[in-house]
Amino acid sequence: MSKADLDKLVAQFPGAVVSSHSNFGDDTAVVTADQLKDVMRYLRDTAGFDFLVNVTAVDYFGREPRFEVVYHLRSMATGNRLRIKVGLHEEEGGPSAEVATVSDLWPTANWQEREAYDMFGIKFTGHPDLRRILMYEEFIGHPLRKDYPKEQRQPLIRRDYSLG
Amino acid sequence: MSTTTQSKTGSKKLALGMPTPEEITAGGIPGISARPKLPPDLMAKLNNEELEDVEDIELPTEPMTINMGPSHPATHGTVRIILTIDGETVRDSDVQVGYLHRCFEKEAEAATYTQVFPYTDRLNYVSPLLNNVGFALAVEKLLGIVDRLPERASYIRVIVGEISRITDHLTCLGASAMEVGGFTPFLWMIKVREWLWELLEELTGARLTHSYVRIGGVAQDLPEHFIEKLRAVLDKSVEVLGECESLLVKNRIFRDRMDGVGTISAEDAIAWGWTGPCLRSTGVPYDVRKDHPYLVYDRFEFDVPVGSVGDNYDRVAVRLEEIRQSMRILDQACKQIPAGPVLLDEPRICMPPKNAVYNTIESMIGHFKLIVDGIKVPPGEVYSYTEGGNGELGFYIVSDGSGRPYRCHVRAPSFIHTQALSKLILGAGIADIIPTFGLINMIGGECDR
Repeated sequence: MSKADLDKLVAQFPGAVVSSHSNFGDDTAVVTADQLKDVMRYLRDTAGFDFLVNVTAVDYFGREPRFEVVYHLRSMATGNRLRIKVGLHEEEGGPSAEVATVSDLWPTANWQEREAYDMFGIKFTGHPDLRRILMYEEFIGHPLRKDYPKEQRQPLIRRDYSLG
Repeated sequence: MSTTTQSKTGSKKLALGMPTPEEITAGGIPGISARPKLPPDLMAKLNNEELEDVEDIELPTEPMTINMGPSHPATHGTVRIILTIDGETVRDSDVQVGYLHRCFEKEAEAATYTQVFPYTDRLNYVSPLLNNVGFALAVEKLLGIVDRLPERASYIRVIVGEISRITDHLTCLGASAMEVGGFTPFLWMIKVREWLWELLEELTGARLTHSYVRIGGVAQDLPEHFIEKLRAVLDKSVEVLGECESLLVKNRIFRDRMDGVGTISAEDAIAWGWTGPCLRSTGVPYDVRKDHPYLVYDRFEFDVPVGSVGDNYDRVAVRLEEIRQSMRILDQACKQIPAGPVLLDEPRICMPPKNAVYNTIESMIGHFKLIVDGIKVPPGEVYSYTEGGNGELGFYIVSDGSGRPYRCHVRAPSFIHTQALSKLILGAGIADIIPTFGLINMIGGECDR
């Protein structure tokens, strides 16, 4: 539907768009992590994709890059949709996967990025309040990673019920 | 102080650790003596007997942190709000969700596509069939069979979906009316919901967790006289709805609690990712059924009601009108519904009829493969979206070609709406939190997944 928008994006950021496809009718562009912010700002301000529908992540365990953060955008004026993905490496024992936050462009990204952090351990640099959101603070690990066993149990730690 | 002894002044110590009145007056108890003293000029003013301009006195206040929830009698949802209040005014708040987290996305990765349906029932549990339809359409988009769905199945999906939308809105409105003191509309609306649920029970066998939709169609055809019964229920319902409306719309108390409370502008609502009735209350006419028609929604005439200021009352009015519009769609669907099969004839996707499973070897093998391996979905990723009870309900599914989803993410409108609650209640009174929270219609199961 918005193939033209995708082509325009590729022309605008030839270095940033790693690959693109329109499988199943969903226009998708994979961009590099360091240029994500510029691409998103361009899409919001110039290309008219003013509605951030969804932010989530996928763990492709055993593949490089291991993580993908997925953004779904919609233009309120034309109804066109676009999917932006960014691949993130994570080294063994090294720093965790990192990508710049878009919560300053769209406030709706705030909780959704917190959820991606909670579930996958992806760090969103510049995020104002990167805490766990669905799990409790004492939870160890990130449950939606593929190397987190589904059956694993963790004790629910009773904390001092202060209002901190 | 742990024993009962005579103190110097002769008064009896009361119980374990309880300070005596003398101790309190002397200010010798830690914590009590630390209370702030009023400034001298204010004390002088307060002691002045000619208190004519009482309203000019500004009592010093300190921001106070209080905890609301997670289980609060006046909120219908498990959410904890940590409020910083100044008197009655909310100065800051931290909304904490996650109390109903059931690992939907993790469990879905271990289940076959068909086994995910019962989990989707428990997302938005006041309109489970809409979640069923949303998930089925996402998988069907991956399978490439959206255009091949049997027409009757599409109509049945629309019918059960719109019934669910009505029950969703009725629950939201009824509960919100009750929370601000109107008990009668709640009982009447729940009565209507009960009629609709009885119909759905007759159709699906369950009142709440239906699991009725299948990939490629629906589980079974409508029972006999379903359409007539539905029409009869709708006729009764529209009357009750009118009565409820007159109790709410013209009610001074209700209007005072709703008008101008929890206002949000259209630009803000879009920036916060709002969809559904909440976004439409701000005047943005975005409805997935209208803007990106799915199933057979392009064959019906219906209007998309919008509000004007984006306050709580607009959210009430939009939902009330949407119930009527859903009834309009139901009426047209009942007239248009064609005869025919309700499940796609595709042995690799849909279960064979039970009779064939027991009597033919091909069907038995097909049944076995579908149960054990699941439906083989081609590798790829899709984002499919439908109009849920609260807004755009999206499923982002990644398939690796096996019978189980590699990743199944729900774009839950409740989660995204609740995020803006902090902003809506900023500067409002504590009592305004209840209707604002109620009309965002946060459904714990959908928000926390």
